[in-house]
Amino acid sequence: MQHLDIILAMNHVSKSFPGVKALDDVSFHVRRGTVHALMGENGAGKSTLMKCLFGIYSLDEGEILFDGKQVHFHNPEDALKAGISMIHQELQPIPYRNIAENLWVGRYPTKKILGLFSIVDHKQMKKSSEDLLKRVGLNLNPNTLLKELSVSQIQSIEIAKAISYNAKVIIMDEPTSSLTQAEVNQLFEIITTLKNLGVSIIYISHKMEEILKISDEVTIMRDGKYIGTWLSKELTMEKIIKSMVGRELTNLYPPKTNVPGEVSFEVKDLSSTNPKSFKNISFSAHRGEIFGIGGLVGAQRTELVEGIFGLRSIKSGEIYLHNKKIDIKQPHSAVKQGLALVTEDRRGNGIFGVLSVRDNVAVASLDEFVQFHFMLNNAKLNQLAETNIKKLSIKTPSTKTKIQTLSGGNQQKVIISRWLAVNPDIFILDEPTRGIDVGAKYEIYSIMLDLANQGKTIIMISSEMSELLGISDRIMVMCEGRLSGILDRSDANQEKIMALATAYM
Amino acid sequence: MKKFLNNFKGPNLKNTLVDNAMYLILLSILVSVSIAQPLFLSANNLTNILMNSSIRILIALGVSGALITRGTDLSAGRIVGVGAVIGGTLLQRPDYAAKFFPGLADMPVLGILLLAVTITALIGLVNGLVISYLHVPPFIATLGMQSILYGLALIYTKSQPIGGLKDDYTYLASGRIANIPILIIIAIAMIVVMWFLLNMTKFGKYIYAIGGNESAAEVAGVNIKWTKIRVYILAGLFYGLAGFLLAAKSGGATANYGIGYELEAIAACTIGGVSTAGGVGKIQGIVSGVLVFEMLKTSLQFLRVPSDLQYVAIGTVIVIAVAIDIRKYLAKK
Repeated sequence: MQHLDIILAMNHVSKSFPGVKALDDVSFHVRRGTVHALMGENGAGKSTLMKCLFGIYSLDEGEILFDGKQVHFHNPEDALKAGISMIHQELQPIPYRNIAENLWVGRYPTKKILGLFSIVDHKQMKKSSEDLLKRVGLNLNPNTLLKELSVSQIQSIEIAKAISYNAKVIIMDEPTSSLTQAEVNQLFEIITTLKNLGVSIIYISHKMEEILKISDEVTIMRDGKYIGTWLSKELTMEKIIKSMVGRELTNLYPPKTNVPGEVSFEVKDLSSTNPKSFKNISFSAHRGEIFGIGGLVGAQRTELVEGIFGLRSIKSGEIYLHNKKIDIKQPHSAVKQGLALVTEDRRGNGIFGVLSVRDNVAVASLDEFVQFHFMLNNAKLNQLAETNIKKLSIKTPSTKTKIQTLSGGNQQKVIISRWLAVNPDIFILDEPTRGIDVGAKYEIYSIMLDLANQGKTIIMISSEMSELLGISDRIMVMCEGRLSGILDRSDANQEKIMALATAYM
Repeated sequence: MKKFLNNFKGPNLKNTLVDNAMYLILLSILVSVSIAQPLFLSANNLTNILMNSSIRILIALGVSGALITRGTDLSAGRIVGVGAVIGGTLLQRPDYAAKFFPGLADMPVLGILLLAVTITALIGLVNGLVISYLHVPPFIATLGMQSILYGLALIYTKSQPIGGLKDDYTYLASGRIANIPILIIIAIAMIVVMWFLLNMTKFGKYIYAIGGNESAAEVAGVNIKWTKIRVYILAGLFYGLAGFLLAAKSGGATANYGIGYELEAIAACTIGGVSTAGGVGKIQGIVSGVLVFEMLKTSLQFLRVPSDLQYVAIGTVIVIAVAIDIRKYLAKK
């Protein structure tokens, strides 16, 4: 390996957060004009590493060399100006502005009129946009509004933007997660062109086939540690999986004590109205069972449970609760029938940030606290909050504290208490331990097991393999909106889950 | 954890000042104007301020529900106008020469009040339906309603002023019970009702929940559409009552009654700490917001500020007051 060849070097990078070592002595070298895949499970530290590169996090230890010189970016804009650009998985276009404006926003070419006023030079902007579009193989008029474009076209626009900054390194985060096969091929053509121009691509993805096809080198991370770098042609899928998941399960999980009983909840042939989302999903979950749902980002698991809960529209299929067909059009009818949903996006649709812990606990079960038909018994509401704070050991100064000042784990426990107060039969938990420290995770698993022991049915989405294996009785795996298999606890392992999660890719 | 708790402890002078900015402003207006004009503190004048505030408070209470759910209600003033012209046209003296409905019998005040608030509640229902089911943003839905109602009120009154109201109708505004003006008693009663609704009922909790995070409220099983509809119906009731009393207080009505009141009500609520970001707002804040506003208007008159300049002063105070008050939310983020 010639040293001069290396455009970006991250050497011995470490980064800790309270309670977690997110990156532990990670080194990552990208050579000029190559595609370098960065792989690892969710939580392996890929995005933390990229955030360190972009200056969103500061390094505890280590150094970053770009083009041979030590660099220290303060924000993504700094990095962009230096020639490092990132194409995010969630694209952020301005939908009602045209291609040219999306490309040049924030740095519009200008011209002077009357030697005095600076105005936007639309002619120049259109011309340079046309050049850029040609370079990424898009035959589009720069005046087209972004909302008219497909996801892959928007992605190409982002790539064009990166090129316009003379990017030497372009990072692509799960670039194919919402592309069709034809669009993937187009993207690969663009990537090859960029490579030939001497641009390096850091390609972050779970999709092994793609990676083996497009990348020159692969670096694998696991649990914040650097596992190794290999030439792609020396790798096989089996070897990648082994390196990604090769971790022993320690007792991060409480002992399994629950015994599943009869079927309590059944979904038959459920399909979303959105053709790109979940289709033909059938499964049944039992009383006292923890039913895990695994899969990669984009497998449509959240969409599935939101469909069941009435948050998204369903095209066809049936849902049975205790062998009775139920019809759920709105979340409030789901709640009435005995379903509860703890969402993945805690801030987005979980907590009421400006409201007190008490009101956050009570909001779903107010019916239980009405007296004389209309008046709430506030004393009992306080009692409810106090009881739950004790029972789930929620750390909060008082019941009146605004929930937004609590830590993630405590917020999650407040949301779980909210549903405990309603006493539903079916608990759907979407990534219940995301962003929560290890200790709080253990407590949440214990609560789940308790509920199962009381005869509740727990349906848990998780992207953490070890969590799926550690706590579920059965694991349903989804891939690209389809059900790819249901594994029994005794029969499941990380390799099998990973194989099912990529079954249709 | 200890450090975390420490952040909440200890009365810090700056925080205390910021937290109570509204009451300090209230107090400083009171003190400085009464030094300049001792008559400002006369019982007569203070009662007058409270009487003026009474009707404004009803409108502010109505609009506050919309604001807390992250909506707004620009039709408030026009609904007040509708309440006023219904009361005015149907409760004239039987012997009044220019009666609007010449053959109309002597109508009971309470009956017409019920009719007026029923109609204004129905207007609120329409606002709520348009916002909930047609997904028209509240700003636009109620802006449209504002114009529609103004037109309808002009058509209904044939653009004529209404006068000659019955004594037992105007008594609502001029009368006293136990030496307390009836208007003030009604306002206090309605403040209690709204306080009760916001703090002691499911409906109130849902209002705060929707304003705090509408998506989370949906997941938690709150019926968003129905709650919002009830917010606008309730608002219609309050505006209707306000309009009915406004006509009684001024002894007549025109279709122009209540013009611009929605903006003053929204300003008063905002001054009183109702957050435009939703989910935040207390009754005591809303009431003091209205009082600050009315006191300011009276103070300016007392200080003989030319009426044109008064607009400038009021606008400036609104912006400054909110800029100070908003610090308590910014600081705690």
